[in-house]
Amino acid sequence: MTALERISAPQNRIDGTALYDWDYLVQEGRAHRLIYTDPAIFEAEMTRIFGGTWTYLAHESEIPNDNDFITRRLGLRPLIVVRDGNGKVRALYNRCTHRGTTLCRWDKGNAKSFQCPYHGWNFLNTGKLRGVPWPDGYGDDMRDPKYNLAQVPRVESYRGFIFGTLNLDALPLVEHLGPIAPIIDQWLDRNPGGKVVVCEANRFLFKGNWKLAYDNSCDGYHVAYSHRSLLETENRFAGENAKGMAYYRNSPDTQPMYMRYTGHGNHFKDKRPNLEQRPGGLWALESAHPGMEHYEAEFIRRYGERAFSLLDLAGSEPVNINVFPNFSLLGNHIQVFEPISVGETNAIWYGTMIVDDGSVPSDAVTDINALRMRTQEGFPNFGEVDDIANFEQIQRGLMAVEDEWVYMHRGLGIPGRIKHNSDGTIDAPATDEAFMREHFKEWKRLMKGPHNLAITREA
Amino acid sequence: MAAPAATAKDSHPSRSSHYVNDALYRQLIADFTGWQDDARAVCDPVVRDQFRRLLEREARLLDQLRYEDWLAMYAAECIYWVPSTPNAGDPRREISVMFDDRRRLEDRVYRLRTGFAWSQAPASRTVRLVSNVEVFAADRDDVRMLRSNFLISEFWGDETRILTGWAGHRVLREGDGWTIKAKQVNLIDCDQSIRNPSIIL
Ligand code: FES
Ligand SMILES: [Fe+2]
Repeated sequence: MTALERISAPQNRIDGTALYDWDYLVQEGRAHRLIYTDPAIFEAEMTRIFGGTWTYLAHESEIPNDNDFITRRLGLRPLIVVRDGNGKVRALYNRCTHRGTTLCRWDKGNAKSFQCPYHGWNFLNTGKLRGVPWPDGYGDDMRDPKYNLAQVPRVESYRGFIFGTLNLDALPLVEHLGPIAPIIDQWLDRNPGGKVVVCEANRFLFKGNWKLAYDNSCDGYHVAYSHRSLLETENRFAGENAKGMAYYRNSPDTQPMYMRYTGHGNHFKDKRPNLEQRPGGLWALESAHPGMEHYEAEFIRRYGERAFSLLDLAGSEPVNINVFPNFSLLGNHIQVFEPISVGETNAIWYGTMIVDDGSVPSDAVTDINALRMRTQEGFPNFGEVDDIANFEQIQRGLMAVEDEWVYMHRGLGIPGRIKHNSDGTIDAPATDEAFMREHFKEWKRLMKGPHNLAITREA
Repeated sequence: MAAPAATAKDSHPSRSSHYVNDALYRQLIADFTGWQDDARAVCDPVVRDQFRRLLEREARLLDQLRYEDWLAMYAAECIYWVPSTPNAGDPRREISVMFDDRRRLEDRVYRLRTGFAWSQAPASRTVRLVSNVEVFAADRDDVRMLRSNFLISEFWGDETRILTGWAGHRVLREGDGWTIKAKQVNLIDCDQSIRNPSIIL
């Protein structure tokens, strides 16, 4: 049993944004600089967005065993995401109910209980207060549920991806994902057993608003120029056989790739149609990475024709699958955006490896993963660094107070360019900003509220 | 699908990566495990000074963006490894902050020189302090292991920031000198979010 506590904020509270006109700040083809720079808007987002909708928290492979935990955040709330002794995944507030200290300062571990480092209150990993030092000093009943840890009331997993929301009226996660769920399935199902395991990360901090990263997540317009150094580097010996994202170089809108908006702020960039549809088609596109010639020759020797479908497992899947506000599957990465302040964000690229489910020769699994680690290091090292440099410089540019608008109208008003599908999804050419216009409609809906938010505690 | 006949140029580690294989990974992990052993410390100040000069030269070449000269300090078949965990796990199962063979090191340099690497346009100005140099004997007579602490001050945009940690170098005697076979760079915050990690460490 759990006890719900309704949160009266934000819609009843006079906060810094009470008088903001959201329809003015976000218009059809442009957005006001304030949404990236205003601390009051950021503060409101930390409840209305990071709280008001499903937010990615962690992957189940990071807490595979009972009592495993990992510390994460939901917006600015410090969380302990834990698999309790009964295997139930919970998102506990990492905040002692006594005077507010974080209980756990480790990134991950295994623990049946957490003891507060300040005065020693001890909590089970179900969130229940187990005991306090010298309880006879308290005049009330310390078994009152209000002393149990706060928890995110709704925590749901979609095929290993754990999301949480404070919004009691939010759709079930699978319905919220809607048409992007089968796309996530495809991303998973190319791997043995339809599974991946998280294996550390490339982690970046940039001094810019979190939305700059999400606005970029489906942006096919920037690639040719923002990533010119990467495209030139990965093609320095390529000759005729263009590598990596070279398909962005000439008229990307005439390529078979496209973007699709799938609702609730979620979108998808599908570059797979650019590939040769054959085993090894993905591998053929991979630029140079440590060990690739050795492993390719070794795989051909060991596995014959099957070598190429195995090597594809080390290739970066050419998709961007973005779930608003903070989650993206791209290549083989799980990318997560963590807001820190209005002008500071972590962008974390969790690597993934494949598991041995018997469908792939066992000796190939280690080798595929060794290659897959190296391919995954490529983009963060040679691409993301330039993206975050540009995000930081946007934040800086937006300090120009009088120059108020950023434009996101590419593709707007051109008859026949944007296609509305019968299932409600929207397709557009690869460089369109339709994805951004659409996710800002969701952003605006959430910022307007109202929301039925709550936390819960064990009863 | 037959591979085209390889030319000598094609098979050079600058062009194709045959030496990064399972045996190399296992050897690399072994080489960088348990090597900081007091019993194997080389105390001769002349020897220490010789390696201190090697590390100071490496730092200077990087500060001066003299990448060709810097690359020339490394063996043709080299490894440059920045682990993403404080205890440097198994790079076959862990993403690294950076893990380069010869070709990817040259990629790194090539990218910085394109003029379109926005994270390094303009290039950071850096000053590296290298200290606490210790020399250890290794499993082979012609190999030494070096430990040093580093502090890199990096100025970019309008601020100076710090990258710090310790490095392990595995160096191999070649003729009169020593060449770097592998460098492991252990940032103290390697498992945390790093601001603009776009210089060579
Ligand atoms: S703040 Fe946790 S026990 Fe006092
Ligand atoms: Fe990008």
